[in-house]
Amino acid sequence: MRKNAISLEVLVKRAPLAFLALASLTLAACSSGGDKKPDSARTEAGSTTSGADLTGAGATFPFPLYSRWVSEYQAATGVKVNYQQIGSGGGIKQLQEETVDFGASDAPMTDAEIASAKGGPVIHIPTVVGLVTIAYNVPQISQPLKLSGPVAADIFLGKITKWNDSRIASLNPGVTFPNTDILVVHRSEGSGTTYIFSDYLASVSPAWKASPGKGKELQWPVGLGERGNDGVAGRIKQTPGAIGYVELAFVTQNRLTAAQLQNATGQFVAPSADAATAAADAAVGKLPANTDYRVSIINSAGSGAYPITSFTYLLVYQHMTDAAKAQKLRDFIKWALTTGQKDAVTLDYAPLPSTMIPKLTAKADSISGGGAAK
Amino acid sequence: MSEDVAPFVAPALPPGSGRATPAIVPAHIEGASFGDRVYRLATTGFALVIPALLLLIAWEVFHAGWPALTRFGFGFFTSSDWDAVKGNFGAAPAIYGTIVSSLLALLLATPLAVGVAIFLSEFAPNWIRTPIAFLVDLLAAIPSVVYGLWGVLVMVPFIREHVMPFVKDTLHLGDFPLFSGAAYGPSMFAAGCILAIMILPYISAVTREVLRAVPRSQREAALALGATRWEMIWDAVLPYARSGIVGGVILGLGRALGETMAVTMVIGNRHEISASLFQPGYTMASLIANEFAEATNDLHVSSLMAVGAGLFVVTIVVNVVARWLVWRTARAGGGT
Repeated sequence: MRKNAISLEVLVKRAPLAFLALASLTLAACSSGGDKKPDSARTEAGSTTSGADLTGAGATFPFPLYSRWVSEYQAATGVKVNYQQIGSGGGIKQLQEETVDFGASDAPMTDAEIASAKGGPVIHIPTVVGLVTIAYNVPQISQPLKLSGPVAADIFLGKITKWNDSRIASLNPGVTFPNTDILVVHRSEGSGTTYIFSDYLASVSPAWKASPGKGKELQWPVGLGERGNDGVAGRIKQTPGAIGYVELAFVTQNRLTAAQLQNATGQFVAPSADAATAAADAAVGKLPANTDYRVSIINSAGSGAYPITSFTYLLVYQHMTDAAKAQKLRDFIKWALTTGQKDAVTLDYAPLPSTMIPKLTAKADSISGGGAAK
Repeated sequence: MSEDVAPFVAPALPPGSGRATPAIVPAHIEGASFGDRVYRLATTGFALVIPALLLLIAWEVFHAGWPALTRFGFGFFTSSDWDAVKGNFGAAPAIYGTIVSSLLALLLATPLAVGVAIFLSEFAPNWIRTPIAFLVDLLAAIPSVVYGLWGVLVMVPFIREHVMPFVKDTLHLGDFPLFSGAAYGPSMFAAGCILAIMILPYISAVTREVLRAVPRSQREAALALGATRWEMIWDAVLPYARSGIVGGVILGLGRALGETMAVTMVIGNRHEISASLFQPGYTMASLIANEFAEATNDLHVSSLMAVGAGLFVVTIVVNVVARWLVWRTARAGGGT
């Protein structure tokens, strides 16, 4: 028994290993604490990049495009840019703490967030147009599904629960829908994609606006949560009867089908880069000349405009302390706005409308450096 | 050690010669008293770092979670409302999901793991024992995200297409609360299954070692009394090894409670307490992993930290109960 007992002791003492693993998770988690201290976990992400000429961090949504830009720009000019995808919220925090040269976010910063940035006024530079599709898996129908905003909202609210619901059928004359349950699939983690999608549903459905409302994380009335665009796309692909929202690139990659959505002018528009650019074009046409582009372009009323679109932004300080960096950043942004735009289409993003480019390059040129003493 | 030895040996040696006669004198007296002291200080320091780290982590987690705990009070642990838009947070579904998925995993894994261990230690010939034991241990080396991917691509579709229809249509248990509701695959049941596979190697490895530690005489005595092989294992070997097996099970439980990635990928991530195992749920570790990166508002971050603190408490309670169980079974059972 003695020998046995000794090995037992060791065993039971090993149990806290799992506990420690948890502890390390929580330790990593603690570092952001929720108070005003600089967030060391996120700071680390920015500071590991000291070899680069410019460092940036933020949104995951444009990451494939930004990383393509970074490698092409380095090949063309020799300037090294390091971009880390830590999430839009993290990008804003990093910029506020001045641990990166630029931030990136899918949602514009609020006035309060700009006010608490340590480096002074922040300017927003849209880089591409993002587009969120409603993807579905109904093997019984071959024509593309047509949805209106209110019907889409009621599906995601759980008010429409069957595919052969009369409100879906009336938008799709001639299509026979199966009598099967609808499974809503949504993101389980906070995400800019969820923000854009809920912004759209809130703008077309008063019931949605009241609850769950719009945000990066919602209290979903129905459905399953999956992690990441790929998780949602995978679940839809696997599960007959499923419907969910993913970015355009994931529809193409996973060969999913995406619904045509009725836009503000009553047209049914299939998601595509052109339709997103058209939406942005129609929306910015209505903006005043001195706009800071912190606007929603959701449900834009233009011909051929796809309704669930949004800008994704680079966040930069108007006045940078380092003049050399300011110069490099101006050049990089101008390159991204001109040469870089052609990469957008190949990676399933929508390029900015050409009318915006001159205004945005002028904005980039207004970034000054070396103004304030360090 | 040196203190015990020094009084006996020191007088016999001229000062400074301790080092020269290592073969005769077990401890290096002169140099040793200094070296030993440094060594002892160093090891004491290392030993103290661990509890200090633990306390520090506990303090940080509770401190960070405190705003949410004071804001929502005890309701934080009983409410099912988790709404980041309106700023209402309640962790009940996650706490429930953590405990239920882990217990389900134990229920599925323990008989299998103990069975494997009995086979390997009592029945398997050598040429089969080594490869099987190696393969079972290898299960522990698979990264959790790989389990998750396998779960998403293979296990969940299998559960949706075969296990759930079998239970609902063939066994007609669809109206039984434990298996009610629409069956889409991602569910508490799926989480329990994947956790069971993940903790199986731990329980099995521990049980195997414990069974091997049962003295030969114990077996021989049972056989000499005319016991069959089965009776020998069931009546002589297993009771002897009982506390060790319980220890292994607890080790598995600790692992199941904290598992994050694989569970997140198959549980469905839904803030809802459902009696049905076929419905989606949530666990505390998944909740933190899912929401932390994009939680920018202070109350939201604080609520996630409070969930972390809750997980901390659940884990401590489980460990305490485990130690008590091991202690009790060691006293009640055993051959001596």
